[in-house]
Amino acid sequence: MINSKEYAEYVSTHTQKSCEWKTLPIAFVVGGLICCIGQAFADLYTYLLPTWEKADIGALVSMTMIFLGGFFTGLGLYDKLGAVAGAGSIIPITGFANSIVSPAMEFRKEGIIFGTMAKMFVVAGPIIVSGVTSSAIVGIVYYIVGKV
Amino acid sequence: MDIFLTYLQVFGCGGLVCLVGQLLINKTKMTSARILVTFLLIGVVLEAVGLFDKIENFAHAGITIPIIGFGSNLVKGAIKGAKIGLLQATTYGLAAVSAGLTCAIFFGFLFALIFKSHSKKM
Repeated sequence: MINSKEYAEYVSTHTQKSCEWKTLPIAFVVGGLICCIGQAFADLYTYLLPTWEKADIGALVSMTMIFLGGFFTGLGLYDKLGAVAGAGSIIPITGFANSIVSPAMEFRKEGIIFGTMAKMFVVAGPIIVSGVTSSAIVGIVYYIVGKV
Repeated sequence: MDIFLTYLQVFGCGGLVCLVGQLLINKTKMTSARILVTFLLIGVVLEAVGLFDKIENFAHAGITIPIIGFGSNLVKGAIKGAKIGLLQATTYGLAAVSAGLTCAIFFGFLFALIFKSHSKKM
């Protein structure tokens, strides 16, 4: 006989293992597929707009992916995907859109100003703050290095 | 056949990035905000040391579509601005990602008005 503590340990180690193994390939496939969709849009825009610069095409692709991520979040499908795909749906730029649209919708009941507008940055806020701060630091360092 | 190979690289690299992210979630129980910040900073570092373009040449959208590409774009703009002046070194980063950021905020607000929240039903 094993006591309840040992049993709890046994259960936790074994259930965790099966979960972890399952999530990895799903995250890989979903993440890979979302990137392929992005590549498809990049190829399409390069074909349709041959005069555009590469950076502009990239911006247009991110806008498209953000729109799609936001749209499917609105329909409630993206969160269902996220429950299965984990990081596969979080890390692509569509996940960034999801992190803005999802709280914006959820806190709608708290009002437009203090609900939607304020809470929409619950997850995206740290991303924007860390990104803008670090990019400004890198820019200043490059400026100083360039002057020396 | 060339196109097939490109998409295979995109799929493999994009998948690999997400696999590493999932591994981090599984091992450290990180929340999605932390994961996103971590990968954004990876992008910032990769771009700052000049490695990002080399990876992009191989991985294409496999590295630009993950949030790593967002971080790299920020820094790409900042480095571009640093060649002009100190003011531009601080402002060009945000300008480089303004399209994506505006889009995310605009649609975030719009969709919040159009769609009803689904989380209550679950």
